[in-house]
Amino acid sequence: MKTSLDRHSGGSLLLQSTRTKRRNAAETRFKLYGIAAIAISLLMLMVLLTTIISKGLGAYQQTFITLQVELLEKKLDKKGNRNLTDIKKVSTFGYAPLIKASITDTVEELGVVTGLKAKQMAGILSKGAAAQLRDYVIANPGRIGDTVQFRFLASSRVDGYLKGRVSRSSIENDKNITPEQLDLVDSLIDAGLIEKTFNIDFIVGADASDQRPEAAGMGVSILGSLSMVLVVLALALPIGVGASIYLEEFAPKNWVTDVIEVNISNLAAVPSIVFGILGLAVFINYMHLPMSAPLVGGLVLTLMTLPTIIISTRAALSAVPPSIRDAALGVGASPMQTVFHHVLPLAAPGILTGTIIGLAQALGETAPLLLIGMVGFVASNAPDSIASGLLSPNSAMPAQIYEWAKRADPAFYERAWGGIILLLLFLVSMNLVAVILRRRFERRW
Amino acid sequence: MPTFWLVACLFLMSAAGFVLGRYRAVLSAGGEVRKLHSLPSYYGYNVALSTLLPALAALALWSILQPLVIDARVSGKISTDLNSDNTSAELMMSDVQRVSEGLNIAVARNEMTNEEIRVMDADAVDLRGRLADLGIALGSEVRPEILTAARQHRDMTHSGRLMMTIVVVLLAIVGFARSYGLTDKDFRARNVVERCVFALLALAASLAILTTVGIVFSMLFETISFFGLHSWKDFFLGTTWAPNFRGDSELSILPLLWGTIYISLIALLVAVPIGLYAAIYLSEYASSSTRSFAKPLLEILAGIPTIVYGLFALLTVGPMLVRIFGRGTEGLLGLTWMTGATSVLTAGLVMGIMLIPFVSSLSDDIINAVPQSMRDASLGLGATKSETVRQVVIPAALPGIVGAVLLAASRAIGETMIVVMGAGAIAKFSTNPLESMTTITTRIVSQLTGDTDFASPETLVAFALGLSLFVLTLGLNILALAIVRTYREQYD
Repeated sequence: MKTSLDRHSGGSLLLQSTRTKRRNAAETRFKLYGIAAIAISLLMLMVLLTTIISKGLGAYQQTFITLQVELLEKKLDKKGNRNLTDIKKVSTFGYAPLIKASITDTVEELGVVTGLKAKQMAGILSKGAAAQLRDYVIANPGRIGDTVQFRFLASSRVDGYLKGRVSRSSIENDKNITPEQLDLVDSLIDAGLIEKTFNIDFIVGADASDQRPEAAGMGVSILGSLSMVLVVLALALPIGVGASIYLEEFAPKNWVTDVIEVNISNLAAVPSIVFGILGLAVFINYMHLPMSAPLVGGLVLTLMTLPTIIISTRAALSAVPPSIRDAALGVGASPMQTVFHHVLPLAAPGILTGTIIGLAQALGETAPLLLIGMVGFVASNAPDSIASGLLSPNSAMPAQIYEWAKRADPAFYERAWGGIILLLLFLVSMNLVAVILRRRFERRW
Repeated sequence: MPTFWLVACLFLMSAAGFVLGRYRAVLSAGGEVRKLHSLPSYYGYNVALSTLLPALAALALWSILQPLVIDARVSGKISTDLNSDNTSAELMMSDVQRVSEGLNIAVARNEMTNEEIRVMDADAVDLRGRLADLGIALGSEVRPEILTAARQHRDMTHSGRLMMTIVVVLLAIVGFARSYGLTDKDFRARNVVERCVFALLALAASLAILTTVGIVFSMLFETISFFGLHSWKDFFLGTTWAPNFRGDSELSILPLLWGTIYISLIALLVAVPIGLYAAIYLSEYASSSTRSFAKPLLEILAGIPTIVYGLFALLTVGPMLVRIFGRGTEGLLGLTWMTGATSVLTAGLVMGIMLIPFVSSLSDDIINAVPQSMRDASLGLGATKSETVRQVVIPAALPGIVGAVLLAASRAIGETMIVVMGAGAIAKFSTNPLESMTTITTRIVSQLTGDTDFASPETLVAFALGLSLFVLTLGLNILALAIVRTYREQYD
């Protein structure tokens, strides 16, 4: 009589039957699927991060062209009396010939042979070069008549050429630059007049118009984002903590409390764009708050992040053991005193962690900002006071990135990726602070 | 910013109230604190709160109601004066508001004086030109009756603000005087203050309800006026989305809904298998060191803002797909199936990547909630690990996993930035994943950005779309949470 074991293994415990082999193979395959799933997700993360870094780092370097410009008196100050109002009457068009003259002289001095006209030579400079010259002259009218050394931004195509983004074959259909201009750029590089340096203007500067991708920066939109995050912090933290204390410590068990709780968990899952519609309808159309203002953005993001903050604050409050409350009540503290003097301080690290994560979420959110008008214009000046920082139109970091991604000139894409690096740096540091807070202060009971 | 100063003034008064109230309480007990009913600072808080809260509440209420009252009175006057119907009065009202706003800005910048405005004659002065110089664009020339109404609007706003300031300050003073008078060593200050704080806490908690009510009503009113201008049959049952400015737009939600569902489906096809297998591996197979390394990395994917995924779709994944499926002989496969970078597949793939950590962390929780005894029993009977997972753990966790997938679906449907940048703008019914299609969220963004006229169905349709989106995601969420909750209770 054969046992079932014999039937499967052919009589030996040391040999695997075909069925066992099949089951083990299935086991290995199943495990491999799991490993593959993890590997794919991590690979995607790596691809995403390397794409961001490889495409965005270029924005932190910028090409500059050094030129000697003679500030001709007869062009800039015909009357010769250094009167500022007269000097200001010369528009940027009046400065363009100076730049043309300067670059022709430089090319002649270097002995470079080129068939380019002066206008084409000046085309390797940014369109903002004349404005830069004019600003300098208005600030230093005393230098009129001298020859001054300037560092001009190179045009975005020249910048791309130095960064390897633009090559002679890629510009065949490009009206903004010709191969001859690139030859000139090559000889200027050999002469040491064109160089790439760290681009602080990308971090502190303002957005620039469609024509000048090389001058666009994130600075003003960073200020916009910061003022929004401040509004969120000032409103969402007290309201969120108050709501959590009520629900966790005082709320009677009745249907009203149930409705509030269900409401909060549902609000956490409402698409962010719906909050944008709410902001547009209530804050802008009904309350007539200014369009595109960081205050409105902050209000919308407050409503959006409140559920997140309430959920994490409630978790932090309920993690404080009941013995603390019992002890406080036992020595005669009122329920309110128990919460504010004992429970809340012990829950503070958890609350702060949750709040920081909520703020990070608010900082990265874009969709509601599109609806309240924080895209579509060039935020060119930094706000000059707190009130104007909150009320005058501004952009925000993600909205600025979206704006650049929409523009036609591919030179803006580098800016968009660079902006993402900056945005992610902010988010990473906020999350790091949250992690450190949790590690450092959170108590296990 | 007079409101700012008013609020600052209130806070200053309340701070002074704190100091005075505390001082008076201590004085009433003759300096002996233990004779007081409550701790001295409670007397201070009592005075401070009764100075601040009624005044602040009045300020908030007045600022919300005043524009309503004034608008109603001015527009009522316009429609009786001109004998016109309601809609044109509404249109004129927005002109009136713009003119009065413009005049305010002009005065604030010292370009005009109040005196000048009072005697201004709309026919004689080029008000439109002057306001345009200040950056306020008006749709048409300012007619005399609009100027009159705007003048009236300004006067009423002005006197309203003055009255508000007086009322608010009076309330603060009365509140201060009353609570200061009550301050005495036998006064139960702590009870009063705690009741007040309790009310504030309850108010904060009910803000959540207020937000929901705000969301629903803000969209409901605009949706109702949309259905007044456009037939609801076309919106729910039509087949074409073609807004134009000639007044015969076809605005149907169905093609948009199809695009939304198609993209979400592709996203779920990517996210659910990968996320589920990742969760199974992490909870059943991985060593604790692998888990502590892989889990945070997966969570990074969840923390990346959607604008980053949008840019990734637009600039990396889209062009990559075009290189594979398009460009004819220059492409990798020699195909010409795909022309532009935006497509259903682009948006779906990237959204799938975004949803992987969402699915995996939810499934992870659910798989971990299956009791260990069930696994032990299965393993003890001789099943392999994978057989245990497939035949015991997954069936036990299935309702929870279904809930997780529904939550992911609701996320996908409401996602905006990825589809705005990756999906395209063409509304159509098509099953080709390489064509660009559009979604509900994309159309909301495009109808509500740029120049919008809140009296046209082309703009108002966005609110109807928003309400549909809200109802759709809310339904999915409630269903998913109900499933997850019933399941969780099963093993608790």
